[in-house]
Amino acid sequence: MKWLERSGIRAPKSPGSNETLRKSHPTALRLRQSTLCRTPRGLADRIVRAVMLLEVKNLNIEFHDHDRPERAVCGLNLRMEAGEIVGIVGESGSGKSMSALAIAGLLSRKDITKQGEILFEGKDILNCSRSELRKLQGDDIAMIFQEPETSLNPLKKVGWQVEEALRLHTDLTKEGRRARALEVLRKAELQDAEKVYDSYPHHLSGGMRQRVMIAAAMACRPKLLIADEPTTALDVTIQAQIVKLLKKIREEQHTAVLFISHDLSLIRQLCERVLVMQAGHLIEEGAVEEVFRSPGQEYTKKLIGAIPEIPAACETRGKFER
Amino acid sequence: MKKKNWNLLIGGLLSGIMLLFIVVGFFYTPCSPEAMDNAAKFAGVSAKHLMGCDHFGRDIFSRILKGCGNTFIVAFGTVLIGTLCGIFLGAFTGYYGGVLDEILMRVNDAVFAFPSILLALVFVSLFGGGKYNIILALGIAFVPSFARIVRSEFIRCKNMDYVKSARLMGAGDLRIMFVHILPNVMPVLVSSVLIGFNNAVLAEAGMSYLGIGVQPPEASLGRMLSEAQSYLFSKPSMAFLPGLMIVLLVLGFSLMSEGLKRER
Repeated sequence: MKWLERSGIRAPKSPGSNETLRKSHPTALRLRQSTLCRTPRGLADRIVRAVMLLEVKNLNIEFHDHDRPERAVCGLNLRMEAGEIVGIVGESGSGKSMSALAIAGLLSRKDITKQGEILFEGKDILNCSRSELRKLQGDDIAMIFQEPETSLNPLKKVGWQVEEALRLHTDLTKEGRRARALEVLRKAELQDAEKVYDSYPHHLSGGMRQRVMIAAAMACRPKLLIADEPTTALDVTIQAQIVKLLKKIREEQHTAVLFISHDLSLIRQLCERVLVMQAGHLIEEGAVEEVFRSPGQEYTKKLIGAIPEIPAACETRGKFER
Repeated sequence: MKKKNWNLLIGGLLSGIMLLFIVVGFFYTPCSPEAMDNAAKFAGVSAKHLMGCDHFGRDIFSRILKGCGNTFIVAFGTVLIGTLCGIFLGAFTGYYGGVLDEILMRVNDAVFAFPSILLALVFVSLFGGGKYNIILALGIAFVPSFARIVRSEFIRCKNMDYVKSARLMGAGDLRIMFVHILPNVMPVLVSSVLIGFNNAVLAEAGMSYLGIGVQPPEASLGRMLSEAQSYLFSKPSMAFLPGLMIVLLVLGFSLMSEGLKRER
């Protein structure tokens, strides 16, 4: 057990009862149970902590740019294991994007107060120094944004932008970076990666740009990928492709994905576990299928009800063919 | 077919010719621009003196060649100082904002509120005239306008997603400012630099006309105008030719900046 202490993992509080763990983190529970019989409880919890990639504790985000402070996120608790896909769903303004930005360490405006803890592998990234945070950003934590139109620098070649994280976090040579960039571009299922590498963002379509963003995010093999509504600006077929791509990447590289969307059907396709947020509060949490089968909250029911059903798809097609 | 950008074409051509003129003037003039020839006072056009001679018998063509160069150096230096300081000030204030931004921009406003000629006059009376002092004086007077432009562009760009994603990749503030944002500021900056260059040419001409810019016997376009004013009726070409050069120089650059705006 000494390796745990050596690796700087902080002495934990209890990560929760077996019952809550069983629902949300089966792997952690299995580990805990298998070690419980042999080790004292505290040590078992340390192991649980070691499996835990991300732990958000009682996160509060408040804006102070008006007379009255406005609360965007209220007491959010969230746990993610390594390699897990978690979805956050909620309407606009429910605080899901703010939470994502906070986890990515992008909330640095002075008129925002942040309280709570965001532990990434045991390290508090909400309250650590910027230089420490920068070491993690791009290397272990990466993020994709909603608008592929604006998330790439219009004046830099795609290859340069994919390489940026490598330039900042690795000692690779120019050729090494190029090889790695081409590799991730190919992994992101971009045909003709060499051509894409040498083109400017305005040469590419929206879907291709989002793939480039994913490639750039994956360049350093991050442990956590935050996807903030990555498919909202894309049409439905591309949406499905991007979701499939995220799934594939996660399976191949064991990257944990925090997928934020207002579209429950997408979350159902992709995620194992879902968090429902409303007005800054986390109101429901659980395995996706369970939440779909028996939603506990009225709001969740409404969200599920809002998914458009297309039972008559075949009939309409028939009509057109006639 | 794409419509031809006549502004850019003509402006570029004109500026190109002027630049050629200036470069030639640095290395070669038909006569020495400062050599006086008593016999050739107010001489007319001849093979030896392409544009005639002035009241000291100096070759006007050579003086124009040299004078264009001097005017250009002053204008270029002014714009260079203005742009470099402007980029730094604008980048830091625009990117960080906050109290520093407020203070620097108010100082900026104060400098901006002074007419640049007046500011340069104060500077010259403190530190003396001459080519290099005038560059410094005009340069300082030009900083605020560039700082403002760069600052507003930085404010526009710093909230773009690509800046966020650069930050998320772990890039430092300096890297974000000068590698990620600055290229996006360039299109706006370039056209304002060209306009600034025009203003600098005119300001230099004004300064030299007032006698505090380039000092005699050195030639500059403004100096030549001021020397010519006593002979405006007896020898109009002495004033007309340097004036025409100023017009062409300014016209070329403003057409070019207009054309670049269209391209954007």
